[in-house]
Amino acid sequence: MDNTKSLYQEVILDHNRKPRNYGTLEHPSHHAVGHNPLCGDHLDLSLQVENDQINYIAFHGESCAICKASASMMTTAVKGKTRATAETLIEEFRQMAMGKLDLNHPHQLGRLTVFSGIRDLPTRVKCAILPWHTLHAALNALTSISTEADNDPIQSPSGNT
Amino acid sequence: MANNNVTTALKSCDDFDVESIRKDFPILNIKVGDKPLTYLDNAASSQMPQQVIDRWIHYQTAQHANINRAVHYLSEIATDAYEDARRKVQQFVNAREDREIIFTSGTTDSINLVMHGYGRQFIQADDEIILTTLEHHSNIVPWQMLAKEKGAVIRVVPVNDHGELDIDAYEKLFNERTKFVGLIHVSNALGTINPIKRMINYAHQQDIPVLIDGAQAAPHMAINVQDLDCDFYTFSAHKLCGPTGIGMLYGKSALLEAMQPFKGGGDMITSVTFEKTTYADIPHKFEAGTPPIAGAIGFGAAIDYLNMIGLDRIAAYESKLLDYATERFLDIKGAKILGTAAHKTAVLSFVLDGIHPHDIGTILNHDGIAIRTGHHCAQPVMQRFNVPATSRASFAFYNNESEVETLIKGIKAVQKVFL
Ligand SMILES: Cc1ncc(COP(=O)(O)O)c(C=O)c1O
Repeated sequence: MDNTKSLYQEVILDHNRKPRNYGTLEHPSHHAVGHNPLCGDHLDLSLQVENDQINYIAFHGESCAICKASASMMTTAVKGKTRATAETLIEEFRQMAMGKLDLNHPHQLGRLTVFSGIRDLPTRVKCAILPWHTLHAALNALTSISTEADNDPIQSPSGNT
Repeated sequence: MANNNVTTALKSCDDFDVESIRKDFPILNIKVGDKPLTYLDNAASSQMPQQVIDRWIHYQTAQHANINRAVHYLSEIATDAYEDARRKVQQFVNAREDREIIFTSGTTDSINLVMHGYGRQFIQADDEIILTTLEHHSNIVPWQMLAKEKGAVIRVVPVNDHGELDIDAYEKLFNERTKFVGLIHVSNALGTINPIKRMINYAHQQDIPVLIDGAQAAPHMAINVQDLDCDFYTFSAHKLCGPTGIGMLYGKSALLEAMQPFKGGGDMITSVTFEKTTYADIPHKFEAGTPPIAGAIGFGAAIDYLNMIGLDRIAAYESKLLDYATERFLDIKGAKILGTAAHKTAVLSFVLDGIHPHDIGTILNHDGIAIRTGHHCAQPVMQRFNVPATSRASFAFYNNESEVETLIKGIKAVQKVFL
């Protein structure tokens, strides 16, 4: 429970108000749009990758604070890194959001661990993961993904009543 | 429904003892973390009073067997209790006969039954089906499936900025190809009470049958299907203090008799050979297999409970609570209520400037407040109002003014987080 407030206070406030790398790239080499049908949110992500290194990354879209902050922090975390590092972060972030990552073991998430509390909010896990799914899609040339897609670890129908 | 009923009920509203009613609902005592529960998601599903829980337990402890099949003691008791529940539903909606009441698994199931049993038989290529912008997905998707299968066309009644149906536009949608009308009685997303009697009357002038989705109406006002003269009416027990997995479909007997069965199986036949099956009479024709017997009995008990309190008194109390909540909402800067119809049930669908509904829902949950956030299975309504989602507080007769205050305080706290 208390994670809710700390989650919002520490991270969201800053990155939601002042999202980093917000906008579009003029000549992206990679691009993908992520959708969360549960809330109608979408996230547009573009990257400029050269020699396997992510030189530039930008996002925009409409989403809740958790998604936006996750996207903002993701862009700062992967900018200047190699694809391989980005893929590792994607996997670690997903595992953490689902409560499957032992944070006591070595990992590369750094400040991103502020999202660890999301595992206690199962309905919001998708919001935090969407940017990472989208990054994975962009790097692997899938142009559009949805959190309802087959490869989504947390399947649930979209909304109710 | 009659206006004079409401006025007399309003006068007696002061004797509506919500605090003693709350004692009937054990779940209202639970804590969410260290906060008392403030349950404002009644449009999604309402809570069950002890009386209904007790009836359910009694059935399972002393009355359970399969119905309609055996001559033994328990089977007779269970069959009687099941059919007794059917009569309770019949009286609850004032249907002419109990065989006009079909037990289904809920509103969604009922609408699918009508789509298969009536639609597939009587709707052909180029025929038109009229629905409204306010429909829940359960009264859209089945008709879309039918339209696709048959090459039929769906026409949609628009709504104005208050969330009220445009009745002139509705009447203009009719033409010689119109074959069916599906109307939501009360909007789950906005709370709008639609003028269905007038709309049914208009459709009947052109001889078009009308199905009413009453999922959000039956818990909040007295329903009289003979007075409405609707052809089909449906709702779910779980929004009406009853159990999940059970609902009702009312259909005029002549229509139900003309329709083909939806599901085939046991209990819906009079004789079966491999050459030919003769179907049972209504309502059993539409109740294939072992029905949710306990559910139906719980449904009946929920109706007893609501009758004990009185639907007119419930309507009057909830209307006062809505007025109170709507006025208190004015206190919240940057909040906008969607759905400001003149006739509304106690639903507040709202958006807050700069704050996403899901963040609102998550933070309110921290204070023990349960509301709904999202599209409420009514995406066309969201599209009409140009929002991806709303936050929705929906009230029941066991909610009180102090819970409204908790909500208002909670929303202000959400705004503070985002300040
Ligand atoms: C207006 C309306 N129609 C239909 C439904 C579907 O009811 P059920 O899910 O019980 O079948 C709901 C609620 O879920 C509703 O609010």
